Amino acid sequence: MGNHSVATGKKSHLQHHFVDEDQQFESSKFGMWIFLVTEVLMFGGLFVAYIIYRSWHPDLFYMAAQELDVALGATNTVVLIGSSLTIALAIRAIQLDKIKAGINYLVATIGLAATFMIIKYFEYMDKFGKGIYPGSAYSYDGIGHDMAVNFFSIYYMMTGLHGIHVVIGIGLIGWMTIKAKKGLIHSGYYTPVENTGLFWHLVDIIWIFLFPLLYLID
Amino acid sequence: MADNKAQTLKIREFPVEENPEHTYLNAEKGIWSWLFTVDHKRIGLLYLFSITLFFFVGGLLALLLRTELLTPAQSIIDADTYNQIFTLHGAIMIFLFIIPSIPAALGNFFLPMMIGAKDVAFPRLNLASWWIYIFGALFALYSIITGAVDTGWTFYTPYSTQTGTSVVSMTFAVFILGFSSILTGINFIVTLHKLRSPGLSWSRMPLFLWSLYATAIIQILATPILAITVLLLAMERILGIGIFDPTMGGDPVLYQHFFWFYSHPAVYIMIVPAFGIISELISTFSRKTIFGYWAIALSSLAIAFIGFLVWGHHMFVSGQSELSSVVFSFLTFFVGVPTGIKIFNWVATMYKGSIDLKTPMLYALSFLFLFTIGGLTGIMIGALSVNVHLHDTYYIVAHFHYVMMGGTVIALLGGLHYWWPKMTGRMYNELWGRITCGIIFVSFNMTFLPQFIMGSQGMPRRYFNYVDQFQGLHQFSTIGSYILGLGFMIMLVYLVWSLFYGPKASSNPWKARSLEWMASSPPAHHNFEYTPVILHGPYDHHQPIREFHMGVAKEADEQTTEAERETT
Repeated sequence: MGNHSVATGKKSHLQHHFVDEDQQFESSKFGMWIFLVTEVLMFGGLFVAYIIYRSWHPDLFYMAAQELDVALGATNTVVLIGSSLTIALAIRAIQLDKIKAGINYLVATIGLAATFMIIKYFEYMDKFGKGIYPGSAYSYDGIGHDMAVNFFSIYYMMTGLHGIHVVIGIGLIGWMTIKAKKGLIHSGYYTPVENTGLFWHLVDIIWIFLFPLLYLID
Repeated sequence: MADNKAQTLKIREFPVEENPEHTYLNAEKGIWSWLFTVDHKRIGLLYLFSITLFFFVGGLLALLLRTELLTPAQSIIDADTYNQIFTLHGAIMIFLFIIPSIPAALGNFFLPMMIGAKDVAFPRLNLASWWIYIFGALFALYSIITGAVDTGWTFYTPYSTQTGTSVVSMTFAVFILGFSSILTGINFIVTLHKLRSPGLSWSRMPLFLWSLYATAIIQILATPILAITVLLLAMERILGIGIFDPTMGGDPVLYQHFFWFYSHPAVYIMIVPAFGIISELISTFSRKTIFGYWAIALSSLAIAFIGFLVWGHHMFVSGQSELSSVVFSFLTFFVGVPTGIKIFNWVATMYKGSIDLKTPMLYALSFLFLFTIGGLTGIMIGALSVNVHLHDTYYIVAHFHYVMMGGTVIALLGGLHYWWPKMTGRMYNELWGRITCGIIFVSFNMTFLPQFIMGSQGMPRRYFNYVDQFQGLHQFSTIGSYILGLGFMIMLVYLVWSLFYGPKASSNPWKARSLEWMASSPPAHHNFEYTPVILHGPYDHHQPIREFHMGVAKEADEQTTEAERETT
């Protein structure tokens, strides 16, 4: 975890109220972890709703899940896991002062995240085309169940909130790319990119739970 | 770091004439230096100003409600307006006033000072949380202008999904305000973990900080649930997703579970910081070491934990299963244990102490009296059979106001007077302070004690008219509320007066022992001129203050001056 200010000649990022770089780095990282806890809890509310509705209508969840495209969902899972790898490589590269490689990995991560969103867009459009909307606009009659809209309300809430997080993640990683290009993050100070990585891993892991819960009901 | 202390400073009290000319108040000038400050002390004052404003707005709405209740039939406003006003009174007081009140105003100001830090861990995030709070307030204002809300502050479905009022903008306001609350919580936890001065171990932390720590834990664990709940409610209204709508296979009781899973812990977000203030006041004004330090500290954490297990006691008549009602009722009684531990320890602290009845101590004593009534009635309505009888009556209203106003607001006022000289560098008028405390104590009881009686006789809450038999009690309550309002106006006048004409305060007018009193009044821009090494506990009243010493972390000191040179 050491983030020593040994790199001489580089601008100090120590804020005045910290005693040293270690204290600053550990504070930032600790704060980020607490923030991730709040994120998990927020999604937790949706998972609770999912559990309750699935226990009420197990047959509905089985039928409705058949409408989802497992191939696209699986592709997106691979894409996101890949992006977790590239951002981890980016952090490693920046810690080793290989800034150029770090920037390339960051850009690759953005590319994978964008791929995820594009695939998600086609999935959504396909559903909308059939009349599968969230809530009262729902007009699809291909599922023989009165409460079919319930599943898709939860589906859109969960994937929608996750999608918003992907977009925020793209913004953060883009910001990190700019920071890296300006030389503001390097072996002496990599706190922001490390925290962005933590956020991105959370986005990834939430999807890893969403994919089987929504697509792979058997 | 601890072995770094090259020299020891004797604690010195700054006499009035020695208080430094350069303080956080005049370090920078102009309105922008306040609105975009990252100094935790200034942000604390920004919050103090904001919550005071909303307290007066919410209070005026309450007086309007009480005025309407002077007569059994319609007096001045019609039923729909009445519904909107009690909703706004609740929403403003809860989300804009009482949740940020003690942590964000007094906590922001004193948490870093009490641990000898220069600031909170994330100063910019701290400023952001104030701006997010203002942004949320604007959403609430927008909702009020575009038709207000008439659902009650709980936004129960299905009514909240059907009413024609602006529920969506109000729920977004709540979402945004919750985000601000989360950021404050994260900041406090990290600051307490990582920024304590050398020598300031967990066992030397003032109890106010233990209570803020417990509060911050509740803030980060409970508030996200509120966020997702109001988000679902908003989607329910915008898209009709039907999660809470029985006609679409949804469940309105699920909304109540979600809502109270946040909102019951949230009442501990409101009251636990008040416990912390009372610990400080009682020890300081009894000139005695706090009795049962660890019992008080850990009981805050116990309340935070048990508080997560009792939400179902709001729903005894909402159709949850009988078994869960029994379990929730049983668990509710457990909250009384750590709370009782606190009360007994405070009383034991006062025993054989040298009690000084200054204004803050008068508020602390009022708190003990009022909060005990509020707490014990809480146990009563936690009992299943009693609850079914008293549910949705004025008894609940009275209980809630005894804990929230008789508890939190009274403690906030005590803390405000206690720390006033430190924050402003001026003394308030002690005589007026005591008189006002008396007025508020008496008129508070005039206002809310009759409501216990009315509630037990069956007066339902949230009604704008009532049967004739309650008129006497209602009128008594209304007159009490007017006097209460007058008390707050008097306080506003003498506090503002003291800012300009009050005598200058010395650094430690109450002879308190915790660290914030070792800085000048008002404090310097960076609180302390050095990184202090703490050698004494926060309640070491057994030692005369002239024997207090404080170490100086030399190396850190040099770094500071370097950093200061860079910033200036």
